[in-house]
Amino acid sequence: MEFFAHIATVVRSTVFDVLPIVVIIFAFQFFVIRRPIPHMKQVLVGFVYVVLGLALFLVGLEEALFPLGKLMARQLTDPAFVHGAAQAGAAAVSHWYDYRWVYLFGAAIGFATTIAEPALIAVAIKAQDVSGGTVTVWGLRIAVAIGVGIGIALGTFRIVSGTPLHYYIVAGYLIVLIQTALAPRMIIALAYDSGGVTTSTVTVPLVTALGLGLASTVPGRSPLLDGFGLIAFASLFPIMSVMAYAQLGQWRYRRAQARRTKGD
Amino acid sequence: MLDSVRDLLPIILVIGFFQLVVLRQPIPHLGTLLGGTALVVLGLTLFVRGLEISLFPLGESMAYAFARKGSLTWLLAFAFALGFGTTVAEPALIAVAGEAAKVAANGGMIADRADAMQAYALGLRFTVALSVGLAIVIGVLRILRGWPIQYLIIGGYIGVVIMTELAPKSIVGIAYDSGGVTTSTITVPLVTALGVGLASSIKGRNPMTDGFGLIAFASLTPMIFVMGYGMLI
Repeated sequence: MEFFAHIATVVRSTVFDVLPIVVIIFAFQFFVIRRPIPHMKQVLVGFVYVVLGLALFLVGLEEALFPLGKLMARQLTDPAFVHGAAQAGAAAVSHWYDYRWVYLFGAAIGFATTIAEPALIAVAIKAQDVSGGTVTVWGLRIAVAIGVGIGIALGTFRIVSGTPLHYYIVAGYLIVLIQTALAPRMIIALAYDSGGVTTSTVTVPLVTALGLGLASTVPGRSPLLDGFGLIAFASLFPIMSVMAYAQLGQWRYRRAQARRTKGD
Repeated sequence: MLDSVRDLLPIILVIGFFQLVVLRQPIPHLGTLLGGTALVVLGLTLFVRGLEISLFPLGESMAYAFARKGSLTWLLAFAFALGFGTTVAEPALIAVAGEAAKVAANGGMIADRADAMQAYALGLRFTVALSVGLAIVIGVLRILRGWPIQYLIIGGYIGVVIMTELAPKSIVGIAYDSGGVTTSTITVPLVTALGVGLASSIKGRNPMTDGFGLIAFASLTPMIFVMGYGMLI
């Protein structure tokens, strides 16, 4: 019973989240465009699917995956685990490599949550449509997920080592600039977009828990000042990995062509 | 259904591996975990189906309608309303704004009282919503005029770097993160469909090179605006 009450609450709050969008769309449709929405019934049914689907998705995550994920983030950053149980009592000196499992967990969970991210699925479907198959749904999703994985691993390393956030961000921007000049033109806008879509429903809560867990257990870090910034990493690195994905495709195409001309 | 199972498989593998192999602990509440996973799979399946029959066609049909109507003012007004309206109520943003108010109170930037913190958080939310509205407007203008996206984004990056130097250190982390939280799961498909629809209905625009990029602006401007907010308050 309690469980269904919980679902009802989440459905209600999802409806409220969607409400501004619905109001704006219908207001413009009726007062500005002044034309009935094509396939009205289908659109409404689809809206119900979206809201209900998102609500069930969130309930499932909150019930099952988030508590466990957060618990694991806490356990992996726990000094007793990091330094081994024997040393936990002593004033153990932290080395960055003591946290190797945290980096690996960050990379793996970043990759895995990105694959399940609904907003990214949406953009990938659109990109495959529009590009006529040059960019595939799975190609894009895996490229973005690799970027997020690398970003989170590096972001946790930053929290452990305590280096300033903006060094990484500025360096990342420089790499993005260089890649922009070299990558095929058609991928650039999509690559910039994939930075923003990676971080929503699934990734943010788990990654934030990891960041806050780290910042509150590593000596000398403050959760308020150092706990932030993982999301920024997770939105910067996919830009690079998506451009790299297109560059790789271009390189393979050229190589195949070069081989063909040689063969003739 | 099968697709959604495949989408979720990596998470289950990662959690299983770390829990059983690295931490060497049993998985607690296995029943709840399986039930929750089933809900996630069902939810994801419904969501993707809803996208294809509703959000995508709606975004595109509105883009075509605006292109036919030919009124730039109304299109830009719609772009702004969509960006502002979807962001101001975004739950992730509300959470981040609350955290940011705590940081500000801790750092002595505002009084450590509930009402001061609430005012600060609300101001921050409006700042971010305003910046997202503006971002969609700029992005739509770019699609119409065919400006290359990289110059605008590079300009934005330079803005971020300059603001990082000027803004108080405690706001920088939050500002960087706020760029990521603004784009919600329902906004993204709608905005993407709008951009691609516009680019394919205007002559001389390519939906691949010109249609994407709206989300990119929406994640860039909040960083600049939030740092500006941190400087003003």
